[in-house]
Amino acid sequence: MQARFLIPVIVVIGLLGILAIGLTLDPRKVPSPLIGKPAPVFALPKLYQPDQLLTNNDLKGQLALVNVWASWCVACREEHAQIERLSTEFKLRVIGLNYKDKPEDARRWLAQFGNPYSDIAVDEPGRVGIDWGVYGVPETFVIDANGVIRYKHIGPVTASDIETVILPLIAEIQRTDTK
Amino acid sequence: MKSLSVFLLLTLITTANAQSVAEEYEVRYHALIQELRCLVCQNQNIAESNAPLAVDLKEQVAEMLQDGRSDTEIKDYLLARYGDFVLYRPPFKPLTWILWLGPFVLLAFGLFLAWKLFSDSNVETEEKVDSDAVNQIMLKSKNMKNRIDQS
Amino acid sequence: MNMLPELGHFALCIALSLAIIQASIPVAGVLTNRPLWMRAARPAAIGQFGFLLLAFLILTYSFIVSDFSVSYVAHNSNTSLPLQYRISAVWGAHEGSLLLWVLMLAGWTLAVAVFSKALPRDMTATVLSVMGMVSIGFLLFMLLTSNPFDRQFPAPAEGRDLNPLLQDFGLVIHPPMLYMGYVGFSVAFAFAIAALISGRLDTAWARWTRPWTTSAWMFLTLGIMLGSWWAYHELGWGGWWFWDPVENASFMPWLVGTALIHSLAVTEKRGIFKSWTVLLAITAFSLSLLGTFLVRSGVLVSVHAFATDPARGVFILAFFAVVVGGSLVLYAWRAPRFKAEGKAGFFSREGFLLLNNIFLVVAATAVFVGTLYPLLADALALGKLSVGAPYFNTVFVPLTLPLVLLVIGAASLNWKRGNATTMWQRLRWVAVLAVLTAIVFPFILIGQSSLIVAAALMLAFGAIYSAMEEIYRRGSRRGYRKIPLASWGMSMAHIGLGVFVIGVTLVSTYSAESDVRLAPGDSTELSGFSFRFDGISHEAGPNYDSTVGKVTLSHENKVLAVLRPEKRIYRAMGNSMTEAGVLPRLHRDLYVSLGEPLSNGAWSLRLYYRPFMRFVWLGAIFMALGGLIAIFDKRYRHPKLIHAQTGSV
Repeated sequence: MQARFLIPVIVVIGLLGILAIGLTLDPRKVPSPLIGKPAPVFALPKLYQPDQLLTNNDLKGQLALVNVWASWCVACREEHAQIERLSTEFKLRVIGLNYKDKPEDARRWLAQFGNPYSDIAVDEPGRVGIDWGVYGVPETFVIDANGVIRYKHIGPVTASDIETVILPLIAEIQRTDTK
Repeated sequence: MKSLSVFLLLTLITTANAQSVAEEYEVRYHALIQELRCLVCQNQNIAESNAPLAVDLKEQVAEMLQDGRSDTEIKDYLLARYGDFVLYRPPFKPLTWILWLGPFVLLAFGLFLAWKLFSDSNVETEEKVDSDAVNQIMLKSKNMKNRIDQS
Repeated sequence: MNMLPELGHFALCIALSLAIIQASIPVAGVLTNRPLWMRAARPAAIGQFGFLLLAFLILTYSFIVSDFSVSYVAHNSNTSLPLQYRISAVWGAHEGSLLLWVLMLAGWTLAVAVFSKALPRDMTATVLSVMGMVSIGFLLFMLLTSNPFDRQFPAPAEGRDLNPLLQDFGLVIHPPMLYMGYVGFSVAFAFAIAALISGRLDTAWARWTRPWTTSAWMFLTLGIMLGSWWAYHELGWGGWWFWDPVENASFMPWLVGTALIHSLAVTEKRGIFKSWTVLLAITAFSLSLLGTFLVRSGVLVSVHAFATDPARGVFILAFFAVVVGGSLVLYAWRAPRFKAEGKAGFFSREGFLLLNNIFLVVAATAVFVGTLYPLLADALALGKLSVGAPYFNTVFVPLTLPLVLLVIGAASLNWKRGNATTMWQRLRWVAVLAVLTAIVFPFILIGQSSLIVAAALMLAFGAIYSAMEEIYRRGSRRGYRKIPLASWGMSMAHIGLGVFVIGVTLVSTYSAESDVRLAPGDSTELSGFSFRFDGISHEAGPNYDSTVGKVTLSHENKVLAVLRPEKRIYRAMGNSMTEAGVLPRLHRDLYVSLGEPLSNGAWSLRLYYRPFMRFVWLGAIFMALGGLIAIFDKRYRHPKLIHAQTGSV
C-alpha cells in the first residue's frame, strides 16, 4: 500500500471529526468582541424619569447585569421570571436596556409582568444597541465593578443558565476583585 | 424604512455636493452593505434583508459615509461591535491563511505534479524511442547473424 | 378508516428488505462465483423500485386527498393549496424529499439493471450490490428518523401550509432535477467500487461508466440552473448566485463531476489516470452525500435549509462515515494496482485534460474550504467568522478562468501527440475572430467596454469558436456524419461554457441597481430606462392575498412593458413572499421588486438592470444539452463497440 493512496482517507477522517463537533454547536451564537472591554459609552434617558440620563458611568462601582429587552420580544416574556429571580433572590443589580421599543409599551409591559430592573435606559432608535453589539433580544451582559464587560448571554436566560454559568461567573469575579 | 434612509442619504448628498459625488457614495454604499452580514437573518447580507437590525445598520453605514468615513473605518466600526462574523469577506490574518492561500497553494502543488508528469513522459518517450531503436538494430544484426549462420 | 399510509410504510419496509437482498447476495455470488446468486440483483432492483414507487404514489395520494392524519401532510399542505402544489409538496420538506431521493436511487438502479445486459455478469452484480448498500442507508435513515407516513391523532382539521417559497414552478422541478444529479453519481460511484473490487479498469469499464456519469451531470447542471433561475425570481434581490452553503453543496459535486467526465474520457482513450478517475467518482458521490448532510443537519446557516434536527445529522454523519470512509479504505488498498498504459505529454489532449482536472478540483476545494471554514473555526474554538460571496468571487474567478483557455487549447489538440505549430495553425483564425468579437460585442450591445471585459469575452468567444472549428475541421475532412455524437455533445457543452462566461462577465460588470422611494405617478431613471410607478392594487390568489405594484417601463418615450411585482401573504400561515416583475430579453433584463409601503401612498422599490442575464442560464442549458447529445453516442451502447479496444477518435 502506497502512502499517497491513504491521503483521501485521512482527509475524510479529519472532516468527520469537524462535522461531528459541528453537530454539537449552534451556528447562530456569535461571541461578542466586547468581552474584556469597558462597556461602550452611552447616555440614554431613563424610562420612568425621561429627563434624567443613565450613562455608562452608572454601571461602575458595583457589579451589574445589563438585560437588553423589548415589549415586542416574545423570548423576553419567557425569561422574565428568571431576570426577576436574579434581582430579588440573588440580590443582583439588574439594569434594563429597553431596545427599539416605545416607552409607553415598555411601561405597560412592566406594569403587567413586574419590574425586575433597578434602572432602565431607553434606546428607542437602537443605536446604543449597535454599540453593544446587540443582534437579537434578549441579551444579558455581566459588567464588573470597573465597568468592564465580562460575559454576554444570547437568548433567554434559563434557570440552568443562572445556576451553571451566571452565578459561578459572578462568584469568580467577586473573588478576584476583592483580592 | 431602509430605502427611506437611502433616499435621505441621496437627497442630503445631492443637495450638499455635486451629482458625481453622490453617485460615488451610492456605489460605495451598495458595495459595503453587500459585504456585511445581517446577524439575525439566515445567511443574508444587510442589503438583502429588511430585518430591523439590518435597516439600522444600513442607516448607520449611510450616516458614516456622509460623515466622510472611509470604507475601512466603517468596517472596523462594525468589527469592533460584532466581530469577524459581520464581514462576509473574512479579514486576512493567521486564522484565515488557509482559507485565502490554501486553494492557491494546492493549485501550485497540482501544477508542480503535472509538470513532473509531463517531464517524466518526455524522458520516457525518448528512452523508449532509444530502446526501440536499439532493439531494432539488435534484431537486424541477429537476423544478419542468422543468415550468415545459415549460409 | 383509510389504511393506505400504513401500506405505504409497509412498502418501505419491503423495499428495505429487497435492498438488503440486492446489497448482499449478488456480491456474495461474485466472491464465491455463483452465477445464480449474481442473477438475484436484477429482480431485487426491479422489486425495490416497484415498492418505492407504490410508497411514493400513496404519499402523493395522501396529499391530493389532504389526509391530515399523516403528520407530514398536515405540516406541509392545506386544503386551499392548488392541486399542482399539493403534488409538489410531496417533496417540499425533509421526509418526502428523502422518499423522492430513494425512489430516484431505485430508478437509477433499475436503469442500470435494464441497460447493462452487455456488461459482464459479475460487473453488473457488483454495481447493483453497491447501489443496494447505498439504498439500505437511505431507507434506514427514512424509516428510523424521518418516516413520511407517521400518523398523528387526532388528525387536525386543517393542515399548515407548504412553505410559500416552494409554491412556484421553479421549485416544483428544481429539487427532482438536483436529486437526479446527486443520486445519479451513485452509479459512477458503484462502477468505481466494482472496479476496485474486481481490479478491472480498462477501456471497456470507462465506456460503461461514461454515459451514466454524463447523465447524472446533465441533471445536476439543469438542477443548479433551475435553482439559480428560481432564486432570481423569488428572492427579490436580483441575484442569481449567492454562494450560500446549500448552493455550494450542489456546486461541489458538479465541479468534481465535471472533472470526472473529462478524466473518464482520458481513461477510455488512453488508459491512464485510472486511480485518479476512481477517486473522482468516489469524491463526486461523497460530496453529494456531504451536501445532504450540510442541508439537513443544521450545522451551517443557510437561506434555504430544511427544518433541521441533530438526530438526523448524527445518522447521516454515521452513514457518510461508513460509505465514504469504507470506499476510501478500499481505494487505498486496491487502487495502487491500477497501472497506467501510457504517459501524458503537455502538448496533447490528455495533457490539457489533466490541467483541466487540476483547476476543477482546486476550484471545488476552494468552494469546500470556504463553505466549511466557519464550521472549522468554530469547531476548533478559534472564533466565528463568515465566508460569503466576496470571498468566493475573489478566489473562484482566477481559479476557473484558465479553464476556458484550456478548453480552447484542448479543442485544437489530438490525443497522444500534438505540438505548438499545429495548435497555432488551427487556432489562429479562432484567435483573430475572438479578439474582434470581444472588442466589438460589448460596444454594440451595451455601449461600453473595458480591458478586463474584453479579455474575459475573448476567452468566452475563443471557447465558442474553437469548439466550432474542431467540428468543422473534422467534418470537412471525413464528413459530418462520421463525427461521433460524443464529440458533438462536447462541442455543444463548450459553446455553452462560452455563452455562460459572456453572461457572467457582462451581468456582473454592467448591472445597475437602485433603491428608490416612489409615490404613485413618480418616475425614475436607471441605465437609460424610465420606471414609472402607477400605484398598487390588491388581488386575491387561490391561497394568498397579493399586493400588486404597477410599474410602467419606457425607453426614449416608448413604453416597453408594464411590470407587476407582487408581495403575497399566504393565508394559511401568514407568510409573506415577494414575486419580482421582470422584463426578460436575451440581451438584458429589467427587474422590479416591491419593497415596503412608506408614507403618503409611496412605496420603496428595488430596480435592477441586468444585461445578458439570460446568457448565464442559456449557457447552462447548452451544457446540459451537450451532455444529452453525448449520452446517445452509439459507442456506449453497442456491445461490440464497448468491448473494442481503444477507438480512433
